[in-house]
Amino acid sequence: MTELTTLTLAEARDRLRKKELSSAELTAAHVSAIEKARSLNAFVLETPEQATAMAEASDARLAKGEGGPLEGIPLAIKDLFCTKGVRTTACSHILDNFVPTYESTVTSQLWRDGAVMLGKTNNDEFAMGSSNETSYFGPVQSPWRRKGLNAPLVPGGSSGGSAAAVAAQLCLGATATDTGGSIRQPAAFTGTVGIKPTYGRCSRWGIVAFASSLDQAGPMAKTVRDAAIMLRSMAGPDAKDTTCVDLPVPEYEAAIGRSVKGLRIGIPKEYRLDGMPAEIEKIWQQGREWLKAAGAELVDVSLPHTKYALPAYYIVAPAEASSNLARYDGVRYGLRVDGKDITGMYEATRAAGFGGEVRRRVMIGTYVLSAGYYDAYYLRAQKVRTLIKRDFEQCFAQGVHAMLTPATPSASFGIGEKGGADPVEMYLNDVFTVTVNMAGLPGIAVPAGSDAQGLPLGLQLIGRPFDEETLFALGEVIEQAAGRFVAQPWW
Amino acid sequence: MTTSKLIKGATGDWEVVIGMEVHAQVTSKSKLFSGASTEFGGAPNSHVSLVDAAMPGMLPVINEECVRQAVRTGLGLKAKINLRSVFDRKNYFYPDLPQGYQISQYKQPVVGEGEVVVDLDSGEAVSIGIERLHLEQDAGKSVHDRHPSMSAVDLNRSGVALMEIVSKPDLRSSEEAMAFLTKLRSILRYLGTCDGDMEKGSLRADVNVSVRRPGEPFGTRCEIKNMNSIRFIGQAIEHEARRQIEIIEDGGTIDQETRLFDPGKGETRSMRSKEEAHDYRYFPDPDLLPLELSEDMVGTLQAALPELPDEKKTRFIRELGLSAYDASHLVAERDTADYFEAVANGRDAKLAANWVINELNGRLNKDGHDIVSSPVSAAQLGGILDLIGDKTISGKIAKDLFEIIWTEGGDPREVVKARGMAQVTDLSAIGGIVDDLVAKNPDKVEQAKANPKAMMWFVGQVMKASGGKASPQAVNDLLKTKLGL
Repeated sequence: MTELTTLTLAEARDRLRKKELSSAELTAAHVSAIEKARSLNAFVLETPEQATAMAEASDARLAKGEGGPLEGIPLAIKDLFCTKGVRTTACSHILDNFVPTYESTVTSQLWRDGAVMLGKTNNDEFAMGSSNETSYFGPVQSPWRRKGLNAPLVPGGSSGGSAAAVAAQLCLGATATDTGGSIRQPAAFTGTVGIKPTYGRCSRWGIVAFASSLDQAGPMAKTVRDAAIMLRSMAGPDAKDTTCVDLPVPEYEAAIGRSVKGLRIGIPKEYRLDGMPAEIEKIWQQGREWLKAAGAELVDVSLPHTKYALPAYYIVAPAEASSNLARYDGVRYGLRVDGKDITGMYEATRAAGFGGEVRRRVMIGTYVLSAGYYDAYYLRAQKVRTLIKRDFEQCFAQGVHAMLTPATPSASFGIGEKGGADPVEMYLNDVFTVTVNMAGLPGIAVPAGSDAQGLPLGLQLIGRPFDEETLFALGEVIEQAAGRFVAQPWW
Repeated sequence: MTTSKLIKGATGDWEVVIGMEVHAQVTSKSKLFSGASTEFGGAPNSHVSLVDAAMPGMLPVINEECVRQAVRTGLGLKAKINLRSVFDRKNYFYPDLPQGYQISQYKQPVVGEGEVVVDLDSGEAVSIGIERLHLEQDAGKSVHDRHPSMSAVDLNRSGVALMEIVSKPDLRSSEEAMAFLTKLRSILRYLGTCDGDMEKGSLRADVNVSVRRPGEPFGTRCEIKNMNSIRFIGQAIEHEARRQIEIIEDGGTIDQETRLFDPGKGETRSMRSKEEAHDYRYFPDPDLLPLELSEDMVGTLQAALPELPDEKKTRFIRELGLSAYDASHLVAERDTADYFEAVANGRDAKLAANWVINELNGRLNKDGHDIVSSPVSAAQLGGILDLIGDKTISGKIAKDLFEIIWTEGGDPREVVKARGMAQVTDLSAIGGIVDDLVAKNPDKVEQAKANPKAMMWFVGQVMKASGGKASPQAVNDLLKTKLGL
């Protein structure tokens, strides 16, 4: 049974279609793996009955030779996606026991295509964090450990539960969201593949909002191919989200194995940071060589406004968050803590319901939007955002097809190790990923190597708007060269 | 003329300066950003979508019809239509505001500057500038009297589309302010973009009032919130202007604040000061793309715009020969104008105007009917006028006939025939009556000969004897002959 969990999504799909395997078996293997891996805290809600029922329905369809592209494939869902009849909390105390009466567009498309839901995965509260330590349900332990050490490490965040679930082979893929790096950073930390598609590629309807102009859903998977298969089902137009683009969804899987010969790959010099670990520089160099060997042309490019991206991001995202989270007021749903009057109720509810990092960002956001500060902070950050976008546009206009950068400035770190005294230490994790959200571009993180302690390291490929296919093609070249990184079970 | 608008204080004349922010509920089937119904009077929380209740992950989608209504209104106000506008979030906490912000338009509204021409009772017309018009969501309703310690919230109105129409501070008296709102309401109703029902809250106004010495810069203003009666607006302005004048004349200064009008006491009272004002932290709503309109779309709406009261009034004066006063009266409500035009079609327009304004409106008011449900249709009133026109009945009989048609209905000509109401022009039938009167009243004959006005006594007697059916002209002619005048 256990070896069923080592299959990739594509392998499992093919075996299901050939009836060499039933979804019931496949699902049961994953349900059992999840139970055994509870110490990771990757799942905040397991839905084994639902999984079993969905698997049986899939088997019935498969038996008739029917079924969608994901028929019978067990997946995990980040707790930011509203799931009908299944508790959805964004891992916040303020949404205690909130059970949506509706299904997010992205997950409804997965179920439409036959996928099976295993449960809801842990994440940083309201997706605010880079280590999954801000979750009301507690931190997730990475399936990875430093060589010979038992100290628990973070899986990254905010999609830490999804990353850990994929890395520990508890599911064949997971949904995630990325506002500043929340798919790509945990993918890099856990040796998995994660793609944040172009802003507007996936509908945001039914996903608990963090920062509306930056949030995008995307898959986390074991391989580049698996990510391509999942994104095909997750993406697409949605009349319920006016920022979602009305463009046909390509057959992403067809891009796997496509030649990258002649593609111009930009190497942005601003991504070479002072004090960056030599190991990061080394895998970046390695990645360049692999792409070159595959026939791509490397060009040095400049994205001069990169250094302003992180500070601007930490104005725009909290500003939007402070407004998006205003609805959690104890009046209609979720947690309510009584107070002496309505203001007292608001204060007591929000003080008890939100964790420290969420409160910090709501306060930052409220501050930067305040009269007298708006122009100096929010407006200026929006201008920076325009400049960052223009930097990319100019490179793409000069014939660059994609860019290659490190995904993170370091490998995974220990739980409780960072950001305790200075939150900026944690925010710096997003330094290579936020620019992509600010510019609305697609970005994929692919495992590319390990550090000296055996922890995975990832590379990031940044693409032109709605050109996810090129990222899949390039990502697979790196994957083929670097091999897969599978955590050895200790849990 | 302008001096009459000044208010006399203890130390001289004052000028009141008024600007208005009018909230007009957009006529549309569904809400501004959701598909929920806008119908008035549903059970509490029966018209609430997931978006209106601000459930997690819900997103607004603009209702195109509300946008068209705003553009129509802008065109009706002769205003600039902004082909690109932006929706912003106005952030504040209140239980009847589920999102914690109102989606509104702040820096880039859909409609820019325009104007409304307001006719005053004096006959003077003043042009009042429109600063802007923007679209925004209405809030829900908090209900505080259902439970001793808890408040209830009804979200039926939450998310309903409003147009906020902001005037320039061009109004100079309570009369102008009332006339402005009346005219604006009329335009909205003509356009069909707001039903103007103030009792149901479809039209509300915030009124900004300040006073100054004529020719001096604007004074500090106070805002009187949430007025839903034109009459109360007049009272509130009068009171507020007096209050401010008294303070300044006593050596005080006006604090910028928000005030509420108490109709019972006829006065305004402080609601919150400027220091207590919210910081709404406006910023562009990232869930919505900027609103882009095409020239074509605006052109199509412009071409389909109905004739508006000002144009209609001009036409009534020029083409139908009505007085400005009558024309203004008839065009104030589109239904009245339509009724009038149906009556006047092919008939004496002035006579039609008289009947609609005096007889019909008087009767409608008495019974509390509106013109759409008038028991006397335009065709029936036209029939009555035709009978006057061909001298079948006199004006006086026509009023009796009108009353019969009002209560019993029927075709006017047939009613006249059936009841023998046609006026008598056959002099032989009344000749005997006249001869008899002349013979029996020699003193009256003498008086009439001395003063022809005294002949009216004979006219009255003849009319009475004929049951009102004698033709007044025929009676006059006959009497003149018989009396030798």
